[in-house]
Amino acid sequence: MIKKGILLLLLVGFVAIIGSLLINFTGSNELNPLARYYAENGPAEVGAANLVTAVVVTYRGFDTLGEVTILFIAAAIVGFFLKVMNADNGRPNKLRKTSEILETASTLLVPTIFMLGVYIFVNGHLTPGGGFQGGAVIATGVMMIILAQPTSRFNHKLISVLESVSGVGFVAMGILGLILASGFLNNAFLPLGKLGSLLSAGAIPIIYVFIGIKVGSELTGILDSLKENQNEI
Amino acid sequence: MAQYLTLEFLAMLIGFMLIVVGLWGMITQKNLIKIVIGFSLFDTGLNIVIVSMAYIKNSTAPIIDKAVDVSQAASKVADPVPQALVLTSIVIGLGVTALMLAYVLRMYREKKSLDINSYTDLKW
Repeated sequence: MIKKGILLLLLVGFVAIIGSLLINFTGSNELNPLARYYAENGPAEVGAANLVTAVVVTYRGFDTLGEVTILFIAAAIVGFFLKVMNADNGRPNKLRKTSEILETASTLLVPTIFMLGVYIFVNGHLTPGGGFQGGAVIATGVMMIILAQPTSRFNHKLISVLESVSGVGFVAMGILGLILASGFLNNAFLPLGKLGSLLSAGAIPIIYVFIGIKVGSELTGILDSLKENQNEI
Repeated sequence: MAQYLTLEFLAMLIGFMLIVVGLWGMITQKNLIKIVIGFSLFDTGLNIVIVSMAYIKNSTAPIIDKAVDVSQAASKVADPVPQALVLTSIVIGLGVTALMLAYVLRMYREKKSLDINSYTDLKW
C-alpha cells in the first residue's frame, strides 16, 4: 500500500513538472541562429536538397558515425547473449506451419520491399529518407522471410562481410574527406552537382548507401539472433 | 485558450501523455515484456516532444524543392537540427529495445518466469 502511494506520488510529481513545461510552451516564430545558418548555407555548402540529411551526414556526420557504432555494439551484444547457449539445435521444431497466403505473398513482396529500401537510401539526400530508414525497411523484408519460412537460415558470413565492408567504407569516405576536402566526413571532395538531382551532394549518396547496407545487415543480424532462440523457450 | 489549439502544442501534449504512460508502465507493471514496452513508449513520446519543439509556425519540411526556394529557405522551413537528433534517437531506441528483449529472453531461460518479482537477486 505504501509502495503504491509512493509510485502514485512519483507519477503525480512527474506530471506536475512536465505539465508546467507544457503550459508555458509557446511555439517559436523564427529559426534560431544555428538552424538559420544551416538553412541559408546548407544548399550551397553541402548540395543536399534535404537539409536534415545535410545535418545528419555532413555537419554532424561524426554523431552519425557514433550512432552506427552504438547500433553495431547493440547488435553484437544481442548476438553474444543469445548465441552462447545455442548448443541444442537438434530439438524438433514446435512451430506451426505457415499459411499458404503468407508464403505466396512473401515471394512477391520481399523483393519489392528490398527495392523500396534501396530506393529510400539512394534518394536520402533528396526526399525524407536515408540510410537508417532504408536499412530498417530492408530489415522488415527479412522479418517477412522469417515469418514465412521460420526454418530458413541466413548466411552469417555474408551478413558480417556486408556489415564490415560498409562500416569500413563509411570511415574511408570520412578519411577521404579529411585528405581531399576540408575535414573529416566533408562531402565536397566529389562534385556537388545540381541541387535536387540524383547524382548531387558529393559523397552523401555513397555514404548513405554504406549506412543503409550496414543498418540493414545489423538489424538482420538482430532479427536472426532472436529467431534462432524461438525454439528454445 | 487559443494558444493551446495549435499543431505544435497538440503534438507536444500527445508526446507528454505517451511519456507519462510509458513511465507508469515502467514502474507499475510486473511483466518484463510490458516494462520493455513502457521504455519504448517513453522513447516515442520523447521523440514526438523534440520534433514538436522544432516546429516553426507556418513552416514546412526542411527540404528544398518546388515549394521551398533556396533563397528564402531560412524563412520557410522548420528547424532541421532536432529532426536530425530524433533520427539518431530513434535508431538508438531501437538498439536499446532489442538489447532489453535479449536480456528478457536470457532471464526467462534462467528461471522460466517473466514476473519481475521472481528476480530477487539484487533486492535488499
